[in-house]
Amino acid sequence: MTYTYFPGCTLRTKAKDLDHYLRISAEKLGMELIEPADWQCCGGAYSNAKDEIANKLSSVRIIMDADKNTGKVLTVCSACHNVLKRVNDDLKNDENFAFKVNNYMKPEVPYSGNVEVIHFLEALRDEVGFDKLASMVVKPFTGKKIAAYYGCLLLRPGKVMAMDDPENPVIMENFIKAIGGTPVIYARRNECCGGYAVMEDPAIAAKRSGAIIENAKDMGADLMVTACPLCMYNLKKTGPDTGIYYFTELLAEALGLKED
Amino acid sequence: MNRIGVFVCHCGTNIAATVDVHRVAETLGKEPSVVIAKDYQYMCSEAGQNMIKDAIREYGLTGLVVCSCSPRMHEATFRKAAASAGLNPYLVEIANIREQDSWIHKDIEEATEKAVILGRTAIAKVQLNTPLTAGESPVTKRALVIGGGIAGIQTALDIAEAGFEVDIVEKQPTIGGKMAQIDKTFPTLDCAACILTPKMVDCAQNDKITIYSYSEVAAVSGFVGNFSVKIKRKARFVDETKCTGCGLCTEKCPQKKVPNEFNLGLDNRRAIYIPFAQAVPKVATIDPDYCNMLKNGKCGVCAKVCGAQAIDYKAQDTYVEQQYGAIVVATGFNPINIDAYDEYAYSQSQNVVTSLELERLMNAAGPNGGTLLRPSDKKHPKTIVFVQCVGSRCDDSRGKGYCSKICCMYTAKHAMLIREKYPDTNVYVFYIDVRTPGKNFDEFYRRAVEQYNVHYVKGQVGKVVPKSDGNLIVYGSDLIEGKRLVIDADMVVLAAAIEPDKSARSIATMLTASMDTNDFFTEAHPKLRPVESPTAGIFLSGVCQGPKDIPETVAQATACAGKVIGLLVKDKLTCNPCVAHSDELMCNGCSSCEKVCPYGAITYEEKGFRQPDRTTKMRRVAIVNEAVCQGCGACTVACPSGAMDLKGFANKQIMAEVDAICL
Repeated sequence: MTYTYFPGCTLRTKAKDLDHYLRISAEKLGMELIEPADWQCCGGAYSNAKDEIANKLSSVRIIMDADKNTGKVLTVCSACHNVLKRVNDDLKNDENFAFKVNNYMKPEVPYSGNVEVIHFLEALRDEVGFDKLASMVVKPFTGKKIAAYYGCLLLRPGKVMAMDDPENPVIMENFIKAIGGTPVIYARRNECCGGYAVMEDPAIAAKRSGAIIENAKDMGADLMVTACPLCMYNLKKTGPDTGIYYFTELLAEALGLKED
Repeated sequence: MNRIGVFVCHCGTNIAATVDVHRVAETLGKEPSVVIAKDYQYMCSEAGQNMIKDAIREYGLTGLVVCSCSPRMHEATFRKAAASAGLNPYLVEIANIREQDSWIHKDIEEATEKAVILGRTAIAKVQLNTPLTAGESPVTKRALVIGGGIAGIQTALDIAEAGFEVDIVEKQPTIGGKMAQIDKTFPTLDCAACILTPKMVDCAQNDKITIYSYSEVAAVSGFVGNFSVKIKRKARFVDETKCTGCGLCTEKCPQKKVPNEFNLGLDNRRAIYIPFAQAVPKVATIDPDYCNMLKNGKCGVCAKVCGAQAIDYKAQDTYVEQQYGAIVVATGFNPINIDAYDEYAYSQSQNVVTSLELERLMNAAGPNGGTLLRPSDKKHPKTIVFVQCVGSRCDDSRGKGYCSKICCMYTAKHAMLIREKYPDTNVYVFYIDVRTPGKNFDEFYRRAVEQYNVHYVKGQVGKVVPKSDGNLIVYGSDLIEGKRLVIDADMVVLAAAIEPDKSARSIATMLTASMDTNDFFTEAHPKLRPVESPTAGIFLSGVCQGPKDIPETVAQATACAGKVIGLLVKDKLTCNPCVAHSDELMCNGCSSCEKVCPYGAITYEEKGFRQPDRTTKMRRVAIVNEAVCQGCGACTVACPSGAMDLKGFANKQIMAEVDAICL
C-alpha cells in the first residue's frame, strides 16, 4: 500500500519520535510512504470561519498532490489530521469553498473528490489489520496496563472525522491489545489536555492535563499513549514522570524495531 | 345531460382567508354542466348540508362537487347528505382546497387560481362517476391483542367484559410487560405489582381470554371484520398444560450464568426459568441459547426432577391460525440504547444505571431484595445524581427529538423514595425542564422538592468520570446560579429516552398500518380518532402510539376496547364499493395484477369464450374478490392490457382529471 505521507511541522522538531518510529514501523508493515517534496504547515488549527480560506490552502495543496498519485494522505499528528480531514471534507461538500479554492489555485486538473485522508491508526486497523499486526509482534507488552489518550482533535467532530465513536472510542484500545498490552478505560481519555491554552494561561492547561493523568493512574494505568504532539507536550509538562509515549514508539518496540 | 352542483366552503377563515371563495364559486358556476354554484361559511354544518340537500332536490343534480377540506375529513359527511336527498353517495366528489391549497399557500391570487383548477378537476371527474352500491361482509366476533403489557391486558379485559373472545399474543414467556418490572407508580406510590398482577390473573382466569405467551404474530391477511392471523408459538420445551409452575427445575438447573433479563442483567437466572414469581402463565421456559441439553445433549436434570413430566427437549415451534374481526396493537416500548452517550460513562461503570435498572435495584423482588445498594461494591450510596432527558429532546442523531414524557415523573418518584427510605442520602436531579402535566403530578413533584429536599438543578451534566473506588465525579452546570458543579457521587441514574419496541415495525408492515418517523403507530386522527389506525380494523393501545404513563395508557386501552366492541357488535360491515374490476374480454391472464396485489384479492379462472366461428375457447382471466380488495389501485397500474379498472377511480376518470388540469 502506498501513501502520500504528511508528517507536519512538529514532527520535524519537538515530535521527532512520533515520526521516526512511524517510518520504521510502516516499512516493516509493508507500507510505502511518499513524502511530498515541498509540503508546508497544515495551517495548525482548522478555521471555523466560513470565509477563511487562505490558511486552508496549504492543506488543499497536499490533498491535490495526493490526488495526482496515491489518492491517500496518511497523517499521524492529531492536529494535522484534524485540519487535513476537515479541509478535504470542505473540498468535497462545500461548493462555495471548492469554487473559490479552484479559482485561486487554478489546478491543471480539477480535484476529483476521491482523496482520502487517513490517520496512521486507521491504516493499522483497516489496511494492515490489527490481527495481522498482532501476528507480527515480537516483543509484546504482556501484562502492561496501557491507557490510550485520544485528546479532542482525533475524534471530533465525529461526523467528519468518522474514525470512531467520539464518546466511546475503541481504536486505540484495540491497538493496545494488538501489541499485547491491556487497555485501561478511563473517562477522561477523550477530554482536552488544555491545548494551545498553555501559551496564554499555563495553569489551565496544567489543571486539564493533571486531571487526565490522575484519572488514568487512578484506573490503574502503567503507561499512557497518545498520537498528538501538543497533548504530549502538555501532559509531560504537567507530569514529567507519567510514562507517556507516542503510540508509534510502542508499536516499533513491539515489532522489535526499537534500538536501545 | 349532467347537472352538477358545486359548493365551496369557507371553513371559517381556514380557506376563506387565503382563497377568494366567492370568485371560486362564480368561476366554477360558469363551467359546462354546472347548474348551481354556491359558497357558504361551514359546508359541513347542518345548514350547509341542508343547502346541498335542497339543491339536489330542486335542480335534480346528477353529481355533486364540494370544495372543502380533505376527503379524509368530511367525504363521509357529504356522501351521507347526498344519500339522504336521494343522490347516490358515490356521485359526490371532494376538491381539497384546504390541506392542498389554503393551508400551504400564502398568495391569495395564486391560491384562488389553484382552487378553481382543483374544482374544475373534480367537476371533470364527477361527470364520469357511476352510482355504486356498497356490499356487506360479515364480522368475526373475536379480537386479537398484540402485546401483553398493561395496555394489552386492559384492552383484552374490557373486550372480554363485553362478552367477546380475545386472544393476547405476547412474545415473552409471561404477560405483564414493563409495568411488572416497575417498583412503585406515581403519583400515588402504589406498588406496581400489587395493582398489575391481579389483572394478569384475571386474564388467565377469564374464559373469554386466551393467552398465547412466548408467541409472535407470523402473518396477517384479510381485512376489517375478517382478519386471518398466523401465530407462531415458539418452542418453550416445557408442556404448558402439564407444568405446575412448582419451580423445582429452576432451582436444580446447573446452568446458573444466564443474564436475567427481567432484572435487566443485574443478576443471573438459570437456563430453565420462570421470569418472576407472579408470572402468567406460571410455567417454566427453557432458554435454548444456554441449555446444555439442547446445545450439546448433555444434562437432562430438569426432565429428571420434573414430577409432572412436562419437559420436552424435542419440542418444535408450532403455528395457530385464527380468524379475527379486529386487531389491537399494544406492542409497547423499550428504553433506548445509551451507548452513544458515553460521556455519562454507562459502559465504564456499574454504578451508572438507567432508571429502569434502578427500579429493579429498589424492588423487593429485585437483585438486592429491595435494599438500595450500588452494584460495584454493594455499599449504600450516599450521593445520587439523576440525569434527565438522556436521549430525549435531542437535536442530533444520537437520540430522539421527542419528549419521552414519563421521565420527569418517575425521576421525582425515585428521588422521593430514596429520600424517604434513606434520609441521609443526597439526591441531585439535573433537568432541562420539569414537565408535570397530569392529575396530581405537579403536587407530587413539589413534594419531592419542598418536603423531601431533593436538589433540583436546572442544567446539564457534561461528563461523568468514574474512579477506581467506584465513585463518580459528576461535572454539571447550574444554569440558574450560573456556576459549574462538581459532585462526588456514589451513583448516577440516567433517564433514558423510550422508543417503540423493535417488533413494531414488522408488525406494522404485516398490518399495513402506518407509522411516523419515530416508528410510533399513527392514529387515524390526532385529535378525533386517537385509538384507531388509519387502516380499518386496526386499533392502537398504549405506548406503541406515543409516549404515555400508566394512567394514560390504561385510559387509552379502555378507549381502544370501546372502539373494538363497537366494531364487534355489528353483524355486517358495509364494504367499500370502490374496488377493482377486471374486464374479462380484455384480460389476457398475465398475472401482473396478482403479483402486485398486497391483499391477495386476485385469483384466476379458466373461462370459455365464444369465438366468431362459434367454437368455445378456454382462456385464463383474473377475478377480483371484492370483499378482500381494498381499492388501492396497484393492479390497474400494473395491468398491461387495460383490463383492470377501479370503480369510482376509473382510468378514464383519472385522465379526465389530468386533462382538466393541463388542457
